[in-house]
Amino acid sequence: MRQQRGAHERAGTNVAGSIVGETAARIFADLADPQIINRATDDAWSAKLWQTLADAGLTLAWVPEAHGGAGAGIAEGFEILTVAGRFAAPVPIAETLLAGWLLSGAGLAVPAGPLTIAPARPTERIALDRDGTLSGRARAVPFASAAEHLAVLVSGEAGPSVALVARKAVRVERGESLAGDASDTVTFDRVAPLRIAPAPAGIDAGALMLMGAVTRSVETAGALETMLALTLRYAEERVAFERPIAKFQAVQHNLARLAGEVAAAMTAAGSAADAIASAEEFDDAIFLEAAAAKIRSAEAAQEGAAIAHQVHGAIGFTREHVLHRFTLRVLGWRDDFGNESHWAVELGNRVAARGGDAFWPLLASR
Amino acid sequence: MATELRFDPIRLPPECEALRQEVRAFLAAEIAAGTFDPDRPGHGDSHDRAFSRRIGAKGWIGMTWPKRYGGRERSFLERYVVTEEFRVANAPVRLHFVADRQSGPVLLKYAREHVKLDILPRICRGELCFVIGMSEPGSGSDLFAAKTKATKVDGGWRINGSKIWTSNAHIADYMLGLFRTSPPTKENRRHGLTQFLVDMKTPGIAVNPIYQMTGQHDFNEVVFDDAFVPDDHALGEIDGAWKQATSELAYERSGPERYLETFYVLIELIRALGDKPDTRSAEGLGRLVAQAHTLRRMSLSVAGMLQAGKEPVAEASLVKDLGTAWEQKLPARVRELSAFLSSETRNRATLEEQLAFATKVAAKLTIQGGTTEILRGIIARELGMR
Repeated sequence: MRQQRGAHERAGTNVAGSIVGETAARIFADLADPQIINRATDDAWSAKLWQTLADAGLTLAWVPEAHGGAGAGIAEGFEILTVAGRFAAPVPIAETLLAGWLLSGAGLAVPAGPLTIAPARPTERIALDRDGTLSGRARAVPFASAAEHLAVLVSGEAGPSVALVARKAVRVERGESLAGDASDTVTFDRVAPLRIAPAPAGIDAGALMLMGAVTRSVETAGALETMLALTLRYAEERVAFERPIAKFQAVQHNLARLAGEVAAAMTAAGSAADAIASAEEFDDAIFLEAAAAKIRSAEAAQEGAAIAHQVHGAIGFTREHVLHRFTLRVLGWRDDFGNESHWAVELGNRVAARGGDAFWPLLASR
Repeated sequence: MATELRFDPIRLPPECEALRQEVRAFLAAEIAAGTFDPDRPGHGDSHDRAFSRRIGAKGWIGMTWPKRYGGRERSFLERYVVTEEFRVANAPVRLHFVADRQSGPVLLKYAREHVKLDILPRICRGELCFVIGMSEPGSGSDLFAAKTKATKVDGGWRINGSKIWTSNAHIADYMLGLFRTSPPTKENRRHGLTQFLVDMKTPGIAVNPIYQMTGQHDFNEVVFDDAFVPDDHALGEIDGAWKQATSELAYERSGPERYLETFYVLIELIRALGDKPDTRSAEGLGRLVAQAHTLRRMSLSVAGMLQAGKEPVAEASLVKDLGTAWEQKLPARVRELSAFLSSETRNRATLEEQLAFATKVAAKLTIQGGTTEILRGIIARELGMR
């Protein structure tokens, strides 16, 4: 996973700084305008966006060239997800990146087309039976119904394995996220995988959840940035009592609080993405970074969405306004790959097990 | 968006890690020698002249300043590491901390050369305590309402009036104060104030203690009765202090001391919960850990930007707003999470003593160094709201 450049020398993952990030920013700006998507009566925009992302190699950014991907590196992949978050476009870019990362890490070739990943909740397990088939149920799998294949982390007697499974081979019951995106229940009933291989060293169900948690944190931070921009613009444009509401101290203080939540999410997610990009293994320090990012970005999502809606007033509650595209997604993302309560219990237990005297050295090591 | 927020994921360079180990070893030796008790932050006077001199001898005061003034020309990130380690250890740094953080940098920028050569090396040696003279009975957050007057006389200025909430004035050697040298103009109400370096031993200065609700003595009222300050102790432009006052604030706002003030109760809570906390405690602890980690990464990111020569005013203000709100709420959260501790818990008395102190201290954390209300106005302005 180690990247060539030292983390402290880099411009940072907050901003789309690399060519990959710039490409993603251009494509999303051209083809994923939230206003246009919000008014669209069909999903023709979705196919075009996806194809353009795929043609640019962005959907397989985390797949090495040897496995048919773009080999862009972990940090660049997180830049793509920051941009995707800023547009809150309902396409399975994060899921496809994650699936590519998991499959290629296990040495499996990665098929073209949209992918997703299972399980997406930390308490669920898909079992590998002795006859080589997979059994189990994964709830709230994002975009399962839109994916052609699933990357599945399975638990077997010999340890974790990674399997590639055709969507047609599993039962998919449609469900919806808060924002109305596909969030499906996937049932594996003695399903034969297309390909399967032992998981790479250090990658298990916990590591997959950590990686998923950071992807959602990064997307959340991106979406919060847009929520702040939308809210600032609205506060300047909206006139009440004969002046822009941005002139009112009470509104200004809400804007400052929103900026604080956005800043916290950006920092926690950016730090975790950077940490994973230069990590050798998923140790306690990476666990702290990733869990903290998911916890703090989920808290920021909750506080931030509430403030953004408060400033927007009634118009922000309409389907016509784009605000809900961001607020409902960040609220929904809280629950993917472990919600903040899950990660807080895990993190609290780890910190407790290390003891009070080891706590500050752990924080200061980051 | 007028301002794009930026929080780069700064990582400390390797030289900081070596320095951190050196600081920890120094602090461990001081604790072992009985200089201070890290578990009893509310005890003692939190200043110790001999201790400050030993820190100065290590080169950890004014450490970023030029060598010709006694500094060590080390980076802001190295200073960051020293500051956070001293804070977490609850080491008594009150004597030199204001000079190190604020007064020294102002002198470096605005004092005459011979004044710098006289004062700065003594700060670096840990010999000098500084007090900030900003607030007055009629002007707190609104600095530009200051009325205490400096009147031009032959060879200098005569100061009359009073400053209030002056932390450390009773032990300070010097004050950096803001005094009115001209009335404000119609066009600019901030005009007419000048910064001065004032020797606290000057005749005509009286320091009256103001005891705090924690039982400690930190605040004072300083009364000036025709106190003389020589011309060469004026700092920067006469009547133009408003141009100078804001640029240092990024340093003051975003340091580790802006979220670590009550941090000891979190460490003590972890000790009290033991290695197998119940689910409620684990979740509460995990959230606090995530929040603390995020604040540290934000604060460090601002330090990195300052080191790179940037002026992250919005980011620094956000760190103070979030950091002080968090350290203020921390004792209340720790109190909740320790509600079901067994009465047999070994460090229960220590935790209770710390909580009592932190709960009292909490009230001031969102007031000192610029209230939350003022800060949020600044943040909104930085975000482009007028």
